Amino acid sequence: MDSNRQSSTYSVLHQHGVDRRAFLQFCTAMAATMGLEATMLPRIVSAMETKPRIPVLWLHGLECTCCSESFIRSSHPITQDVIFNMLSLDYDETLQAAAGEQCEEIRKKIMTDYKGRYILAVEGNAPTKDGGVYCTIGGRTFLDILKETAEDAHAIVAWGSCASNGCVQNAHPNPTGAEPVKKIISNKPIINVPGCPPIAEVMTGVLTYILTFDQLPELDRNGRPKMFYGQRIHDKCYRRAFFDAGQFVEAWDDEGSHKGWCLYKMGCRGPSTYNSCSTVKWNNGVSFPIGSGHPCIGCSEENFWDNGPFYHRLSSIPVPGIDSTPDAVGKTLVGLAGIGVAAHLASYWVRRASGKELPGGTGPTEKPAEHPAEKE
Amino acid sequence: MSKRVVVDPVTRIEGHLRIEAMLDDTNHVHDAMSSGTMWRGIEVILQGRDPRDAWAFTERICGVCTTVHALASVRAVENALGIQVPPNADVIRNIMFLTQYVQDHVIHFYHLHALDWVDVVSALKADPAATSALAQKVSPKWGLSSPAYFSDIAGTVKKFVESGQLGIFQNAYWGHPAYKLPPEANLMAVAHYLEALKWQKEIIKIHTVFGGKNPHPNYLVGGVPSAIALQSDNAINMERLNLIRDLIPRAIDIVENLYLPDLLAVASFYPEWTKIGGGLGNYMAYGDLPQNGIGDISKFRIPRGVILNKNLAEVLPVDLIDPGQVQEGIAHSWYQYPAGQTALHPYDGVTEPNYTGPQPPYDQLDETKAYSWLKTPRWKGNAMEVGPLSRMLVGFASGRTDYKDVVMEALGQLKVGPEALFSTLGRTAARGLETRLCAHWLQDEFDQLITNLKNGDSTTADTRYWSPETWKPESKGYGFTEAPRGALCHWIQIKDKKIANYQIVVPSTWNASPRDAKGQLGAYESALLGTPMADPKRPLEILRTIHSFDPCLACASHVIGPDGEKLAEIIVR
Repeated sequence: MDSNRQSSTYSVLHQHGVDRRAFLQFCTAMAATMGLEATMLPRIVSAMETKPRIPVLWLHGLECTCCSESFIRSSHPITQDVIFNMLSLDYDETLQAAAGEQCEEIRKKIMTDYKGRYILAVEGNAPTKDGGVYCTIGGRTFLDILKETAEDAHAIVAWGSCASNGCVQNAHPNPTGAEPVKKIISNKPIINVPGCPPIAEVMTGVLTYILTFDQLPELDRNGRPKMFYGQRIHDKCYRRAFFDAGQFVEAWDDEGSHKGWCLYKMGCRGPSTYNSCSTVKWNNGVSFPIGSGHPCIGCSEENFWDNGPFYHRLSSIPVPGIDSTPDAVGKTLVGLAGIGVAAHLASYWVRRASGKELPGGTGPTEKPAEHPAEKE
Repeated sequence: MSKRVVVDPVTRIEGHLRIEAMLDDTNHVHDAMSSGTMWRGIEVILQGRDPRDAWAFTERICGVCTTVHALASVRAVENALGIQVPPNADVIRNIMFLTQYVQDHVIHFYHLHALDWVDVVSALKADPAATSALAQKVSPKWGLSSPAYFSDIAGTVKKFVESGQLGIFQNAYWGHPAYKLPPEANLMAVAHYLEALKWQKEIIKIHTVFGGKNPHPNYLVGGVPSAIALQSDNAINMERLNLIRDLIPRAIDIVENLYLPDLLAVASFYPEWTKIGGGLGNYMAYGDLPQNGIGDISKFRIPRGVILNKNLAEVLPVDLIDPGQVQEGIAHSWYQYPAGQTALHPYDGVTEPNYTGPQPPYDQLDETKAYSWLKTPRWKGNAMEVGPLSRMLVGFASGRTDYKDVVMEALGQLKVGPEALFSTLGRTAARGLETRLCAHWLQDEFDQLITNLKNGDSTTADTRYWSPETWKPESKGYGFTEAPRGALCHWIQIKDKKIANYQIVVPSTWNASPRDAKGQLGAYESALLGTPMADPKRPLEILRTIHSFDPCLACASHVIGPDGEKLAEIIVR
């Protein structure tokens, strides 16, 4: 494709009849999504005015398409702006008009014309058993197609828990040998955006950050953008005060559930789950699982399917041995914060025993389980 | 000589589907193969887990028809444990169900199916004033129809095309001779593609209220997780109910004044497609939307039944526990059965993988051998179609006036008889007509919830059998629903508080199945027979018929045991 014909996001928006004022509002909303300071706004505006639309090849492996469905629910920016104005979604089996051979032609053309400059977005993962026959597209294995498309990509965005961590088909006994992108591709930057699915505005936030600042987001040790996965759900949960007060839901539809008390005793994984659910929330901020009365199942954490059962409280999660403080665990060892909760609760018991506990709560009815590490 | 057209990947669907069609000298399809090319193994993964967790695993079978597997799963577990959920739980589940239908069917029409009928590039030639006149004629009550509005949209399309980066619209079939809409109708449809994309994220907030998120809202064995407490600011209260109440009239508006008028307008330009794509002529629905508990089938809003050979004079009963009714074969699937076995009820299902297809990369599959990861379900030996058309026909043939009214009104507007329903266009129209019923039922179910609350009933869960300590050592159960794409059933066996066995037969397995041992084609395959292709290199006509079923292949790919162990031995109560 003639690169001279590439237009910036702003020029396309302008062509689409978007006036300057609306464009600036759009940039402000984007900045808010990414949690950026107002002083960063001029940089966003500048970037959106000058950059061409980056091609995105969005591949689908073993998956359920929940990531795509989440993506199209984005409220700020709205999906229409993302796929028609901000980037160029050139290959996506869920939405594209072309099928069969015509699809394959597009993938090859973009890989050639934009060598080293396109973003590879991956939804789902690749079965590796039996030569990869458990997922084929156009008569080729997804495993092959993934490797081939990754080769000339600028970077890879691994959508959702399938591509980031393996998710449900990777759960024991992983019948197809399904493996996340990071286990298959090693020579490219990979941005893991876990969640089943990830929050829509997190997905569009990650993409627009790359487009706006021309750089990949800062990642944690698990390859997740810090801007959305830097803190545990529990740390920011509006029900946290009930945890601290020892006020818990003890049974479905009980008094505690009517009052919106803490769901920890119903199995909530908020204390060990790094995600933005309790801040960004879902579907334009309407609610999130805890807000609607169900414990967090930890869907953005590695191996969350095998850390169940979901309705057993966290302290019984088996985790590798570790000797650290709750806060240090939380900050440095992503996914291992179950220990932190046990310690957190233990400190609650100390406070209760010393008579300093707040009145009114029912409190835990049993002592926390033994330190899981001791079983290992 | 026979030409073979391969469409792989079939796009604008969920999952991975391959179609191979054989054409005769006049470029009509005379044989076709439908192959599911992915398999994940969810049922195997469920073995040994807590039955109360199964909804979350099975919900992840599909994120497009999200919720349907969760619903079937909690019903299966409740059936096994002897739980009858409180009336509010049924009402809230019905509200979730209907929200899903309305949103999913609208997305299917505009974002997955419309581009089979609408030529985006042709919209460039449209006159905005003429488009405005057309839009106002097609749907007088839809507000966004001024010449200025369409002028803006036309400008958007023009500039987008001129940018040289066509994104999801590139390398498609624009200008194909099978496109028949005038430029103005194409421009109107493009505008409404964008309107529907904006709206779908709003209606789905109903799931977020009750389930905390969408896709994949939360479900609960024994009821629903969201407690109702009208005097609390931290549960379902007036503010939450108002959020839902405001979304429903907009959904009705979108369905009545955008989706249906567009559907009928597009259909009127393609009368030949009421004679193409009919397929099997056998239709099945399990029914759903209980009004008096899941055990009272007679009170379902969506009735249960089977129609054979397009005979609308007779609706046959369906029994999911009769071992002679639902059976799965594997004659052309990549599985093997024990010697002497050819078709098994889910009671006795045996699943053992046996990939015998060509080693990838391959150019074509062999219709005389196994060619799909889908099994071959049959009802009393008959290949069946499931989905919106089946449900509408069962409702119509059962004499339900609500069904008859919407069907007859639409047929009257298109000036065709009921026989037009047995076609690709009939299938697409049935989905729209069903959405019309569902949008109004959504209001009815919401009103029922308010009535229950007025009567002092705010109970949302039955927790008597929540604790595994209360369970019998062994139990079995099944849970059915009507997914947007058709009849769905889960069977579970619980032993020592864990899942001993789990079996799922899903809608797209019925529709996308390969041929059976007797050579009877599956629903997709059968529907493709006789399809004329104007340009075999650009398979637009195949996409039309396949998309009319709304394929969901992540659901359809059946589950097998990794080492060929016997998986399913299920007794349904």
